[in-house]
Amino acid sequence: MTAAEARAGAWRSISDDWSADKQTFHVPWGKAMMWIFLLSDTFIFTCFLVSYMNVRISTPVPWPNPSEVFALTLFGIYMPLVLIAIMTFVLITSSGTMALAVNYGYRGDRGRAAALMLITAAFGATFVGMQAFEWSKLIEEGVRPWTNPFGAQQFGASFFMITGFHGLHVSAGVIYLVIVALKVLRGDYERGGGNYEIVEIAGLYWHFVDLVWVFIFAFFYLW
Amino acid sequence: MAEAAHGQQHPLKIYFVIWALLFVLSAFSYFTDFLDHGPLRWGLILLFMFLKAGFIVAIFMHMAWERLALIYAILGPPVLLLFLIGLMAVEGDYTEVIRLDSFSAPIVPESAH
Repeated sequence: MTAAEARAGAWRSISDDWSADKQTFHVPWGKAMMWIFLLSDTFIFTCFLVSYMNVRISTPVPWPNPSEVFALTLFGIYMPLVLIAIMTFVLITSSGTMALAVNYGYRGDRGRAAALMLITAAFGATFVGMQAFEWSKLIEEGVRPWTNPFGAQQFGASFFMITGFHGLHVSAGVIYLVIVALKVLRGDYERGGGNYEIVEIAGLYWHFVDLVWVFIFAFFYLW
Repeated sequence: MAEAAHGQQHPLKIYFVIWALLFVLSAFSYFTDFLDHGPLRWGLILLFMFLKAGFIVAIFMHMAWERLALIYAILGPPVLLLFLIGLMAVEGDYTEVIRLDSFSAPIVPESAH
């Protein structure tokens, strides 16, 4: 099959899927719904990041340098942005354990799948804990949604709104993962013939939370 | 395409490879913080960001193995957001010019009105 034929076949699959007067997406309905929810969430997070871009461009006052604002002195060494870097690695680690949980779920290995989901949730909780530390540190230094000692006033509003909404997603994800993990462990899904799509669906949500962080890290912390 | 109907089951190896890659790319992103602000830094931030996002969506979220109908339905609409980003960047520039013009210009004497 040539590349052109493969492309034609791919387009053919789209017209087939949309025109056959039947189910369009050949995935479990829960997975399709999760994808559509994540699509809507993409628009929400983009609105936040775009409004942040807009206020940062439009202010004539210099923007606070995130590299310094989020620096910590650990063991006597000044490290810029170090907490955010650790948070990034924690979230990526949790994405990896989640991917493994999905895999073991489909293999029907309930114990491993549930254990890996609980580990993922624990990493998520660690992330939220570190975020709480970061928030209290900034609040102590006088950062508020309407003012801060470092520069442009819009910094606080953008920071609390964007990281707050993301942290809310992580917290909800932790609860979601724990619930699904306990149900997996209890054998609830054996009754449906051992169908573990739910692990993949929960995984989609979790990877999305990690995905959003990739953009926040790039645009809010590094830019 | 049968795998799409029977759940996403892939060898574990690919997850470990992508996992390691995401770690390395994150380390690279972190090191962009030591560069000066300028096109090189911004370019690298965007490069590592898109690579990480791509691997997460394609492999961890299994988009690479889904049928095109789903891929385009999910990845197509966000393209529209590029217009929002472009419009708001222009709007932000305009607002800044207006602010510089109105708030930092010398006060015009009353008699000039």
